[in-house]
Amino acid sequence: MFGYLRAYILIGVAAAGGGEVAGWDEGLMVTFAFITQSLLAGTGAFGEQELAERIRSGDVVVDLYRPVDVQLWWLASWSGRSAYTFGSRGIPPMLLGAVVFDLRVPPDAATWIVFALSVVLASGIGFAIRFAANLVAFWLLDSRGVDQLVTLVLTFFGGLLVPIVLFPPWLEAVARLLPFAAMAQVPAEVFLGLHPGRGALTALATQLAWFVALLALGRVMLGAATRKVVIQGG
Amino acid sequence: MGDVRSMLTTYRHLVGAKIRSDWQYRTSFVRYLLSQTVVTALDLAVILVLSEVVPSLGGWNLSQVAVLYGLTTLSFGLGDLFVSQVETVATHIQLGTFDRFLLRPLPTIVQLPASEFALRRVGRSIPAIITLVVALSMAEIDWTVDRLALVPMTVVAGTIIFGAVWVVTASISFWAVGAREVANSFTYGGGFAHQHPLHVYSRWVRTLLGWILPMAFIAYVPAVHLLEAPNPLGIPSWLALTPPLVAIAAVVVARTVWRAGIRNHQSTGT
Repeated sequence: MFGYLRAYILIGVAAAGGGEVAGWDEGLMVTFAFITQSLLAGTGAFGEQELAERIRSGDVVVDLYRPVDVQLWWLASWSGRSAYTFGSRGIPPMLLGAVVFDLRVPPDAATWIVFALSVVLASGIGFAIRFAANLVAFWLLDSRGVDQLVTLVLTFFGGLLVPIVLFPPWLEAVARLLPFAAMAQVPAEVFLGLHPGRGALTALATQLAWFVALLALGRVMLGAATRKVVIQGG
Repeated sequence: MGDVRSMLTTYRHLVGAKIRSDWQYRTSFVRYLLSQTVVTALDLAVILVLSEVVPSLGGWNLSQVAVLYGLTTLSFGLGDLFVSQVETVATHIQLGTFDRFLLRPLPTIVQLPASEFALRRVGRSIPAIITLVVALSMAEIDWTVDRLALVPMTVVAGTIIFGAVWVVTASISFWAVGAREVANSFTYGGGFAHQHPLHVYSRWVRTLLGWILPMAFIAYVPAVHLLEAPNPLGIPSWLALTPPLVAIAAVVVARTVWRAGIRNHQSTGT
């Protein structure tokens, strides 16, 4: 439903701008509305509290003494879920959109491959951000506020409400500097074929950089947290 | 009459208790309140961003769209505060705890909102009120007595209509327990949709979210008359006076559907 509403509003915007705004025509706008809707669930845009809950209850101790890396353990579990949600909650919005609109689908296999990689990285960034946000629970106990904050900022700066190309130039520049665009706006642009040729590599490289940087942040936080954690009995 | 009075007293006690208990965790309360305010303000940010790019949406300028946003969001916020808790009926049915509500001597439709009351939801109405006041003063309205009376009347009727929509969509749970997301896409979808002029949507969206669920009467219909804004759907101006009637009709329908739902309810037996 939200996909349709956003599509019609963006059509209205394109019409008011004489058929094209910021170089985006109606077809791009409509497809953008549905593809971002498809990306929501798989990138964890609705929030993630499982780890924080385990930290609060103390169950995290079990995670810490498993003979595997904590961050990789959670990444593995996230990847499995994410792959499933992309299928179950990512495909229906596009199909529903295609019933009413002529959606712009990548014409060549190369774009599809780049898009697939971009989506994987977007999901990875989603994991890295939520992992770090959940770890805040070591210090605050209740990290729901942080999680909600991430969701809010992502919704706006990730382009999930309006494509960030419609932002005033300074605000778009800000959005491009944040990791959130790499979670929704960038994969959507790849899908729409707006990063042709080497641009695709740049887009993927930026996403990869964010993924690595945010994983590192999570790792540092985890290190700090395990040094201070006190286990109450057994 | 005595019945209604004792019902109101019980309602006040339940809500009062809920507010006092929330207030025990002040920081948490304030944080949630703020996050509700920010979530709602984001929709306003969208309108502002779009108005930077194009001067008008569907022929309506920024202050006219902002009036729509204010009316819709305020009604939605008040409906959210007082009625939206009925949607928890899905969880209660699933867990079998709905039976408890049925045993108590107070209508379930009063109990649910009262026992799940959350004052922090008032956060949604804050940006709405501010926007509404600012937008109304900027919109160059030819103020007459009837136009002045139209604003509070619309807000009250709008709140009731949203409330009725919530009750009806929550009632789906009596027949299909897992349908909460469907219900939400109508309530939240409606709350979002009507922040923009109805005529930007295609016919089937208008029919469903505007007339079948009569949410066009929450803001769009009165606003067309109030603002003398472009009116491509040809809404007659007398229709602007009908929201209270629509509200009454909506309540009757909601009540019927809810009752039918309860009659259909089979406990999980736990």
